[in-house]
Amino acid sequence: MSLVTPDIGLVFWMVVIFGVVFFLLAKFGFPVITKAVRKRTEHIEDSLKAAQQARLSLEQVELQSAQMLEQTRSEQGRILQEASRTREEILSSAREQAQTEAAEILCSAREEIKAEKESALQEIRSEVSSLSVAVAEKILRKELDSTPEQISLLERFAEEASNAPIS
Amino acid sequence: MRAGRIIAIVALLLLASEALCADRGVSCEAAQGDPSPCPPGVQGDSSSMSGDEPLDMEEYIFGHISDAYEWHIATVRGKHISIPLPCIIIDNGVHVFSSSRLAHGASYEGYCIAPKGQAHEGKIVRASDGKRPFDISITKNVCGLIIDSIILVVLILLCARWYRKHDVLKEAPTGLAALLEPVIMTIENDVIKDAVGPDYKRFSPYLLTAFFFILINNLMGIFPVFPGGANITGNIAVTFVLAMFTFLMVNLFGNKHYWKDILWPDVPVFLKAIPLMPAIEILGMFTKPFSLMIRLFANMLAGHIMLLSTVALIFLTAKMGAVLNGSLSFVAVVLGIFLDCLEVLVAFIQAYVFTMLSSVFIGLAHQHPEGETH
Repeated sequence: MSLVTPDIGLVFWMVVIFGVVFFLLAKFGFPVITKAVRKRTEHIEDSLKAAQQARLSLEQVELQSAQMLEQTRSEQGRILQEASRTREEILSSAREQAQTEAAEILCSAREEIKAEKESALQEIRSEVSSLSVAVAEKILRKELDSTPEQISLLERFAEEASNAPIS
Repeated sequence: MRAGRIIAIVALLLLASEALCADRGVSCEAAQGDPSPCPPGVQGDSSSMSGDEPLDMEEYIFGHISDAYEWHIATVRGKHISIPLPCIIIDNGVHVFSSSRLAHGASYEGYCIAPKGQAHEGKIVRASDGKRPFDISITKNVCGLIIDSIILVVLILLCARWYRKHDVLKEAPTGLAALLEPVIMTIENDVIKDAVGPDYKRFSPYLLTAFFFILINNLMGIFPVFPGGANITGNIAVTFVLAMFTFLMVNLFGNKHYWKDILWPDVPVFLKAIPLMPAIEILGMFTKPFSLMIRLFANMLAGHIMLLSTVALIFLTAKMGAVLNGSLSFVAVVLGIFLDCLEVLVAFIQAYVFTMLSSVFIGLAHQHPEGETH
């Protein structure tokens, strides 16, 4: 029967011992451990969340950079196209300008040449006329004294002179 | 690699335990041969049997599982080696003396140990009238409790010290902390948190203390050499106190809903007008810790008795010839190893079950009915 009747002395000591153990462990033992482990668990959870977020944002950044690259590439294409077009335009306009300018230069050169020629002709003409006048003078001086032919020649000259346009 | 080493150590311990149990079996036999003077008046001689007597199973088993005033370690060639423990008796003043003064039925300061067959058998009684005084002696179980508690407190505080000294966010636990942390966190997360509910943090120190207290006492009870071997958790006084603590934890912190459920449960009025349901519920308040007490007590006691009986097989057959004795010894050792392994498992399971059921009872006292916010 002593097996199933609790002994009062043992109950007393058990209360004391368990009470002391409970006090010590509940005050200095388990809370310290569980708090530390809980802290670590939270830290790990937070870290995992942060890592997840970092991965997400990294993905976004990658997406963005890919988009940017794509945009840049299309922009580049556009710019290149534009540049080539502009070059064409510039070239063609330059060519046109050069042509018109060349035409203008030619035109003016031609006119100048014409004017030069005209003036040269004029000069020659006046030279020839003055020369002919001088020659005529000399001939006149020599022939006037003498012959009737000269007189006729003179007459002819005079006629010619009157017929010739005055320059 | 590591697991292999641990298994080897456990196997070695179990073998050693077999050897020592065997030794103690012998010691019991030898003990009966001792002559013992008996004090006049109260005494009838219980132990004057001759050495040739067959093993007294009752004394052999009860000698091992019941409490005692001295801690018997071994008997070498008929000589007892035991640690006398202090007897403290409060009976018209405090009497403190060594239990060795009461050995072999002697009486001291008017007290002696009641002999076999009398009331309070094996306990200290007044020599004059055979009544029990208020006896708070440091018995074998008290001594075992103190030793086990010191071991437990040192282990847990060392573990806690690691966490105080190290930054838990930067280092993984090592050594003792690494050993205890998984156990503590398993109990806390899988048992306490699930069973108690949202405010489990208030109760987790008690439940963890109960778990480790029971576990270490169970394990030390199986360990057969000196600091172990006392049948502590197989003693009803110990389990009674543990169950009482759980009872207090449940009822002191029970919420309004818990008390309403007991005193005015949701049943038809005629069941509570004659307070039938409240009576059953109040009875239930006590049966819950009672079942805790009996479960732990009976399991540990049965384990000890099983182990002792298995070992006793060797000594029971000692006189039956070498072949029978040898073969049964072999069976006893093999069976003993198996039972020891089983007991290690049971030691853990009983601690686990006690903690789990305590958590469930505490959780039931903290229920919130659906729709009610807390």
